[in-house]
Amino acid sequence: MTAIDINQAPFKVSNLWTDQKSRGLLIQIVALILLLLFIAYIANNTINNLKLLGVETGYGFLGEPSNYDINQRPIEYDSRSSHGRAAVVGILNTLIVAGCGIVLATLLGFVAGVLRLSGNWLISRLVYCYVEFTRNVPLLLQILLWHGIIVHSLPLPRQALQPAEGIFLSNRGFAIPWPHFEPAFWAVVVGFFAAIAGAVWFRGYAKNVQAETGKIYPVVSISLALIVLAPVVVFFLAGQPATLDWPALTGFNFSGGLTVKPEFIALWFALSVYTAAFISEIVRSGIMAVSHGQTEAAYALGLRPNWTMRLVILPQALRVIIPPLISQYLNLTKNSSLAIAVGYMDIVATIGGISLNQTGRALECMSIVLAIYLTISLSISSVMNWYNKRVALVER
Amino acid sequence: MKFTKVLLAAAAATTLSTAAMAGTLDDVRKKGFLQCGVSTGVAGFAFTDDQGNWQGFDPAVCQAVAAAIFGDKSKVKYTPTTGKTRFEALKSGEIDMLARNTTWTFSRDADLKLTFVGVNYYDGQGFMVPKALGVSSAKELDGASVCIQTGTTTELNLADYFRSNNMKYEPVPIETNAEARQNYLAGRCDVYTTDASGLAATRATFEKPSDHVLLPEIISKEPLGPLVRHGDDQWADVVRWVLNVMIIAEELGINSKNAEQLSKTSENPEVKRILGTEGNYGEMVGLRKDWALRSIGQVGNYAEVFERFIGTNTPIGLERGLNALWTDGGILYAPPYR
Repeated sequence: MTAIDINQAPFKVSNLWTDQKSRGLLIQIVALILLLLFIAYIANNTINNLKLLGVETGYGFLGEPSNYDINQRPIEYDSRSSHGRAAVVGILNTLIVAGCGIVLATLLGFVAGVLRLSGNWLISRLVYCYVEFTRNVPLLLQILLWHGIIVHSLPLPRQALQPAEGIFLSNRGFAIPWPHFEPAFWAVVVGFFAAIAGAVWFRGYAKNVQAETGKIYPVVSISLALIVLAPVVVFFLAGQPATLDWPALTGFNFSGGLTVKPEFIALWFALSVYTAAFISEIVRSGIMAVSHGQTEAAYALGLRPNWTMRLVILPQALRVIIPPLISQYLNLTKNSSLAIAVGYMDIVATIGGISLNQTGRALECMSIVLAIYLTISLSISSVMNWYNKRVALVER
Repeated sequence: MKFTKVLLAAAAATTLSTAAMAGTLDDVRKKGFLQCGVSTGVAGFAFTDDQGNWQGFDPAVCQAVAAAIFGDKSKVKYTPTTGKTRFEALKSGEIDMLARNTTWTFSRDADLKLTFVGVNYYDGQGFMVPKALGVSSAKELDGASVCIQTGTTTELNLADYFRSNNMKYEPVPIETNAEARQNYLAGRCDVYTTDASGLAATRATFEKPSDHVLLPEIISKEPLGPLVRHGDDQWADVVRWVLNVMIIAEELGINSKNAEQLSKTSENPEVKRILGTEGNYGEMVGLRKDWALRSIGQVGNYAEVFERFIGTNTPIGLERGLNALWTDGGILYAPPYR
């Protein structure tokens, strides 16, 4: 009815304003143009100001020697390496702390979330205190606190604690034995991936068997055994192509093995413990979102309690848990930029810090840091969104 | 909400552009105060006294400039800057000058477009270690953990020094002198390295300074001095000559106590030129005739400032050494005032 009315009315320019729909559109277009103009103005202003100051812009400095050293180097790097390579070291350090943080935060968070729902008053109260404390203290302070604890309470390297053979705890970090890989080690890696492929195939096979005959295989334990045992067997067949490198005190510090720096430990713990508090609340809300009737129905069908958890409650809870979990992972990754507070050499400290300072290329360095965080965050969020789609309720 | 933020950002961007453009001296006069970048705190060199006012060897230069412009040394607003933020603060116009133990280097001059107006302290990079470590030379530091302030020339010198001596080390990067002090005392690092003056200043704040030694090696030249942005020669001249006059005043025996009197009685032509009783030198840089009288009268000459904050009678206890006048065996030498 209305559509016919509009078609019949003759077009007038003033209609653009009086009609609600076109007016809304018009306002949005004008707002967009203003915004773009403003961005152009800022960009133009920046470029002009830099020109007036006589500052040259460009990314050529990335190829120049950096002239500074970095203490945690996942790849070969020294003071003759380029600024670009320093940036790569920084990216890897960010990924390492973010990756380790996400794993530990998820574990801690799920355990704390389930414990919070425990019927045991003491346990649930303790977890409640932990959550409230860590959520309400700024992360920066927590990082400094962990760093302070490690640096001030652990002994100097010469008096290092030795909780087990070859493990030394001191305020220079945790020195642990670390495998030294020989070229033949690739066989073990291949074996590992082959085992994963095998486990996936077995899962499909077991499903088919169950659908046809109702017979149920213990899929999880068999898969786990396969994934663990296969690489071990290959390792011995290939003639043990890796040896353990033991740390030892030489002069001022430990050499050999792997020394995990106090800065990394402080940052890793602080990020994990902080984020885990949020994750535990997400997990709790997810589990509570599944109506109790579901559990009762599962019991009525004769499912055992752990099957009820795995097959009925968790799949439904995950639908509630995953979306906010994604943003916690993103938060953790972005919060890792606080590394600078304790001198952990992440991307902000290397290319966004020392390189920026030594070359004076503020805009270029910050743009690189921005681009990298954006890339990491978007990657995490796309992986998690894919997973979310998989566990989401499929409506027919 | 969003729009206000946008407006604010726009306003900020415009002020930045104007600050970089107009004559800094006129801007400072119009504002009514000098904006001076200092460090976040190095004993003797820059610190806040019990009234919360910035004092020290570096702020004294700011005060001398303020006294020369306004006739009042208190018209300074201080901005504490870290090794990282200092150049951006200066380049963006947030501060008018930087007096913050900053080393004069080629790339800072040519590439960062900054103008160093002179040297107020000739320094060199040294190492401090706990006595208990039993180290007597920097050559014995192979494998040590070294606390180092990031964004400094010392960071680069350190890398070069260990590399050329074929030694390894673990850098422990740190943002401020206070953090370095904490980490060093906690034993996170074996060695603290920075300019020797900074080491002496830091050691003076320790509970037991005698438990720590400065190693004999000085591994670099660190001429420290105040600096301004490129592109405003008049402003650079003002700051340069305030510093030079502090040094010349020591040479000629003008100090905060006798400046007023000398301006009336002195027969020495250079003293008369400086104190504004002969010629019109102040106007040439856009200042008043008696600017130097105010500056020295309120802040003092180089020797007075040195002795007040970092000299042998202070807890810092630095000798004049290289920083003695050229006539006393040092290398402090200012061009003639004529």
